[in-house]
Amino acid sequence: MKKNYVRPLDLRHGSVDLSHGGGGRAMVQLISDVFGKAFDNEWLRQGDDGAVLPAPGPGERLVVATDAHVVSPLFFPGGDIGCLAVHGTVNDVAVMGARPLYLAASFVLEEGFPLADLARIVASMAAAAREAGVPVVTGDTKVVEKGKGDGVFITTTGIGALPAGSNLSGANARAGDAVIVSGTLGDHGMAIMAQRENLAFDSEIRSDTAALHGLAAVAMAAAPGLRLLRDPTRGGLAATLNEIAQQSGVGIVLDEAAIPVDPQVAAACEFLGLDPLNIANEGKLIAVCPADEADALVAALRAHPLGARAARVGEVIADEHRFVQMKTAFGGRRMVDWLAGEQLPRIC
Amino acid sequence: MKYVDEFRDGDVARGLAAAIAREVEPGWRYAFMEFCGGHTHAISRYGVADLLPPEVRMIHGPGCPVCVLPIGRIDQAIQLALNQGVTVCTYGDTLRVPASEGLSMLRARARGADIRMIYSAADALALAQREPQRQVVFFAIGFETTTPPTALVIRQAAQLGLTNFTVLSCHVLTPSAITAILESPEVRDLGTVPLDGFIGPAHVSTIIGSRPYEHFAEEYRKPVVIAGFEPLDVMQAIRMLVRQVNEGRAEVENEFTRAVTEDGNLKAQALVSEVFELRQAFEWRGLGMVPYSALRIRERFAAFDAEARFGLVYQPVPDHKSCECGAILRGVKTPLDCKLFGTVCTPETPMGSCMVSSEGACAAHYTYGRFRDIPVVAG
Repeated sequence: MKKNYVRPLDLRHGSVDLSHGGGGRAMVQLISDVFGKAFDNEWLRQGDDGAVLPAPGPGERLVVATDAHVVSPLFFPGGDIGCLAVHGTVNDVAVMGARPLYLAASFVLEEGFPLADLARIVASMAAAAREAGVPVVTGDTKVVEKGKGDGVFITTTGIGALPAGSNLSGANARAGDAVIVSGTLGDHGMAIMAQRENLAFDSEIRSDTAALHGLAAVAMAAAPGLRLLRDPTRGGLAATLNEIAQQSGVGIVLDEAAIPVDPQVAAACEFLGLDPLNIANEGKLIAVCPADEADALVAALRAHPLGARAARVGEVIADEHRFVQMKTAFGGRRMVDWLAGEQLPRIC
Repeated sequence: MKYVDEFRDGDVARGLAAAIAREVEPGWRYAFMEFCGGHTHAISRYGVADLLPPEVRMIHGPGCPVCVLPIGRIDQAIQLALNQGVTVCTYGDTLRVPASEGLSMLRARARGADIRMIYSAADALALAQREPQRQVVFFAIGFETTTPPTALVIRQAAQLGLTNFTVLSCHVLTPSAITAILESPEVRDLGTVPLDGFIGPAHVSTIIGSRPYEHFAEEYRKPVVIAGFEPLDVMQAIRMLVRQVNEGRAEVENEFTRAVTEDGNLKAQALVSEVFELRQAFEWRGLGMVPYSALRIRERFAAFDAEARFGLVYQPVPDHKSCECGAILRGVKTPLDCKLFGTVCTPETPMGSCMVSSEGACAAHYTYGRFRDIPVVAG
């Protein structure tokens, strides 16, 4: 007797075609062989249109965050779009003060995309989800014609439980508060840029992509009066601090000499005429807390492997114009502005 | 980063600042123009102005490559990409300079033009080699610093016998621009722009040397101090300029001896003159038509000249009528004198070229300095 009537997916040489999004047998096979196997859990195994999840504990509220990932190149030193899609959304939930619980993921695949690359991305994503303890409980796949996508786009949505009484928000910063970062700035963006533009630096710059809910829990425990946490992704520290200043109606003054930047990243920025404060991070927290809790918070962050280079970098001031300023290491003062459009290298 | 950090040392800066404050003559006013955008950027980025005594005022000059690029030239590059189906390669900042019809190279790209950002002239040449079916035009802009690499790729393209690579040369010359400023009515006749000396270019001078500035010192009695792009270089140059003014001297001095010699880089100069010759006139944004101020590709290399290949004819296009970039580039006005500044003209929606590059006077002031315009409760 013939064992099965299915030819296995060619995960070595095969590629995505339109039938993988067509709703037929090919789609079912892709979902079960690539996604189902990697993410395997009780909810996915049900095979329903959605996942039925237990309600959070008494007094807890739900936090939901979503993030679309469109990085190019898909694989970069320190990570790939797969683990990035997990970390990005887990971090958005974590900085709200919530315990990340579940993820949903949808994939837009471009016709012709190698199945081997897809499998590699999904494996990385599954590993990141397992490490973070946040299962992918439901998902979706679409295929677009060649030329209408960039290999693969991944959108993830995360759900987390917010303990009663917890209230972290960008609107909470008060004059006199301390501004703290959990480590060196600009690593992720510079790792991507170096790959994308084929800039060969002496040693490789690695993305800092990481799930931050552990570090966030440490921060909340160390500083009971913690006002807010943020992860400075696109636009870097500069954009995030400007957002906080706007939301809270305050000004912020940074101390340039205190801001940690990896020497490699600093050198690459120097070379390209870019500012590390504008460059994306995927594994760093910004915390704002009352000044008298700052030392304890920095010490607690430094004791965690993801926060070894944490530092107090500035303070919140009263300023109706909501400017973010910086005392330069040189002894002057300047604004730290939002980026105008995309950051482009200077010429001369 | 040790090497760079030495030139950004806060303690040394404070010492220099104190020295400058001691040396200025009470009651005198010192107005110096930093020609280069690189200096403008350093002054804004490091807050150098905060360290200067009130007697010393810095005027931002026109040495920002994208700032002086006239609309008509960007239009040429955009038209090539949009209408002739060629791939235009250029340097980063150029992409955002406003052109005609609300376009910029970035916006033209959104309309389907194949315009690519590159990091070096060699990238454009490599693209042409890699994809022989594609017509590649390198939109070459910049002062003397960026000219030798352009000359090199033209020569290489000739050696390789490429038929799909041309250059749209918009390379301009620093000494001609300084002359244009010194000859402008505001400086020469009206005296509305007090100008007591120049901080001379850093990178440009590594190529052309310090000799070309002697003319300005002798003929116009203006001191010139060539300085590096680090903030301590700028402070030291200001101190040297203050001394020259105090002592009634007008000389060319070189603060940037670690990179600049009297003669400059002779090999680079020879390469440039092999490939390029002077244009009779070139339009600059802000300065208008300036005689012998730019370079065009020699007849010998005409096969690599986009103007020749595509029969381009230059059409001057006036700037927005309220835009003060012209006056700002000549030092006649400051960004705050422009009624578009910060209202309709912002880094996101630049009306004029000075708002585009971080080396432009308007963008530098908007990005790094606008808190000075409004009283702020500082911490």
